[in-house]
Amino acid sequence: MDQILGNISLLFEFPIVNLKIVVDGLMIGALFALAAYGLALVWGVMNVKNLAQGDFVIAGGYVAWYLAKLGVPPLLGVPAAFILMWGLGWVIYKTVISRVIERDLFTSLLATFGLAIMMAQIMNLLFGSDTQSIQLQYDTLYFFDGFVDVPIAKLLGVTMAAALAAGVIYFMKTSRMGQAIRATAQDARAARVLGIDTEKVYSFTFSLNAAICGAAGAIIVMVWVIQPFYGITYSIRSFVIVTAAGLGNLPGVIAAGLGIGAAEQYGAHIFGIGYQQAIAVLLLLLVLVYRLIQQRRLRQSLK
Amino acid sequence: MNKTLSALGCIAGASLLFSQSALAADCETLTLGSAISLTGKYATNGVHAKNGYEFAIKKIDENGGVKVGDKCYNFEVIYYDDESKGDRGATLAERLISQDKVQYMLGPYSSGLTKAIAPVTEKYKIPMVEAEGASRSLFNKGYKYLFAVLSTSEQYLASAVTLAAEMAEKEGKKASDVKVAIAVENDPFSLDIRAGVQEDAAKYGMNVVIDEQLPRDLSDMSAILTKVKLLKPDLLVVSGHSKGAATAVRQIGEQKIDTPMIAITHCEAADVVGNFGDAANDILCSTQWAETLTYEDPIFGTASNYEKEFKAAYTEYTDKKVPYQTAQASAAVYVFKDAFERAGTLDKDKLRDAIAETDLKTFYGDIKFADAGNNIAKPMVLRQIQGGEYNVVAPSAFASHPLNWPRKP
Repeated sequence: MDQILGNISLLFEFPIVNLKIVVDGLMIGALFALAAYGLALVWGVMNVKNLAQGDFVIAGGYVAWYLAKLGVPPLLGVPAAFILMWGLGWVIYKTVISRVIERDLFTSLLATFGLAIMMAQIMNLLFGSDTQSIQLQYDTLYFFDGFVDVPIAKLLGVTMAAALAAGVIYFMKTSRMGQAIRATAQDARAARVLGIDTEKVYSFTFSLNAAICGAAGAIIVMVWVIQPFYGITYSIRSFVIVTAAGLGNLPGVIAAGLGIGAAEQYGAHIFGIGYQQAIAVLLLLLVLVYRLIQQRRLRQSLK
Repeated sequence: MNKTLSALGCIAGASLLFSQSALAADCETLTLGSAISLTGKYATNGVHAKNGYEFAIKKIDENGGVKVGDKCYNFEVIYYDDESKGDRGATLAERLISQDKVQYMLGPYSSGLTKAIAPVTEKYKIPMVEAEGASRSLFNKGYKYLFAVLSTSEQYLASAVTLAAEMAEKEGKKASDVKVAIAVENDPFSLDIRAGVQEDAAKYGMNVVIDEQLPRDLSDMSAILTKVKLLKPDLLVVSGHSKGAATAVRQIGEQKIDTPMIAITHCEAADVVGNFGDAANDILCSTQWAETLTYEDPIFGTASNYEKEFKAAYTEYTDKKVPYQTAQASAAVYVFKDAFERAGTLDKDKLRDAIAETDLKTFYGDIKFADAGNNIAKPMVLRQIQGGEYNVVAPSAFASHPLNWPRKP
């Protein structure tokens, strides 16, 4: 308890620390938001809750890491991971997801859970269980007497994440495929009646999700570390963010992603870093309770 | 693999001892068993340990085998993959003992797995010499058949506290002025390290200003490092296996942490020098063993000779350091050889007593077991990363280089 009070008083004693915490939180949150956006797509369009979301992220990280080891410039790892993970997503859709998509919720949960275990284990066999990262030879920018540090590598990562998100949003709003995806999300049967090939939409959406996750992973390996069994961290965050923001609410997903990043950093500072993930789950609980109360008041039913 | 399979076949014939003419000399085979992590999260280190066992067996083989009475034997190990899971490890230990009739066990990798297997070997009164389980909670359960060649985990970073005290006194300050920050993972091994540091810090009357536990899936510790910046401790201790080491070194560099002394574990496993270069400079790393130490024995020669021959035998280690996990695994096999020869019999209870009386000098360090089964003769070593090299700086009896203090951020 003393330690918690001490930590809170540090925030007031050194106000600049708040800025540091928020900056750190936003940078992590941007990557959470990216993975969560992919999940929201798959969830909204196909009604598949992909428990292997985090493992796609880690797989993308290993793609970039492996290429960097072969001598490819690390920044090229991001588009490379996007493309390769697109292919992997397509294969997984054709072999696994297309078979469970029409079934009930439980089947798709089990299938993606199995997928998550398999992917983690395969990566472990391929790359070993050591943690890996790519060190970029960029400087770190310091502000306010060195209290706020912004490594250029992180800044680049966040910029790439933002560019990717903007690209995907633009694509969804303007392209034919984007329209078809949105139509399918609204009502798959009606979309089929109107001549949209929903099977194609599904495989496209799932591949796109894998690709977004892959790019996120390629950024993560440049600024943090990856390990074959780290996927679950990103899966949990993605679920928290999507549940909090709601499906189809893109600005909401991004805001929730950034918010969770910052909230976790505050939680880690005040309660200790061991409770960082607990903060995310606690927020999920609060959101769910709030949603239930709201829904009861409006006499809506949960779909 | 083939060897293991053929061994399995022979043992199915209900006999523990059998001759295999393919082996060098006319020695008979003496079968040990081990459940070890060949897949799952401990796979990397599990394989290091297995290679250590196999290398030692080969070396002992070449040096005339194990002489028990007037007969000679060669070791052979039945391995099962425990998938890095405790319950699986315990099941496999049962299987080794009751189906394969193994009478002597080598340990698994990690404290957790050892903790899962020790009750089984204890139940069947099977002596187990382990090399990879350092948690001190293994040695307060009154186990009689468990022996460990490595130093227990609370000693891993405790010597950094002593070193910090020495430096403070050299500066004309009191040891009790030293402020300590501790960030360790929330697992039995790292919590032992924390306990060791806390005990030693309390002995000097030092003030522990940060004491935090890292989550299992840590990839960001900037929150702790920000506090380090504000509270300015004189010693920062981090333990979180290789991910802790990697995250710490990277973010210490990014956040320009200027703590004069930083000590962490698992530097080699995380390859902090290869991955982070200059950011790793002047960081202290604890290790069970280093190839520059002056230990020596008749089978493996000096520590550096061990490293050389091991690299020749296992070419995948050519470009990296031979990890201490491998060296201590070899030492465990050596303990068995020594104990068998002193016991002069294959009887497992007499062997157990012989192991308990071990007083052995090896390339890995001295080995002498306390009543609880832990090795009390070998100190932990602290190495400092100096210009990309790991140089031994403490304890002073083994130091090859002076300590760089304070470290330059």
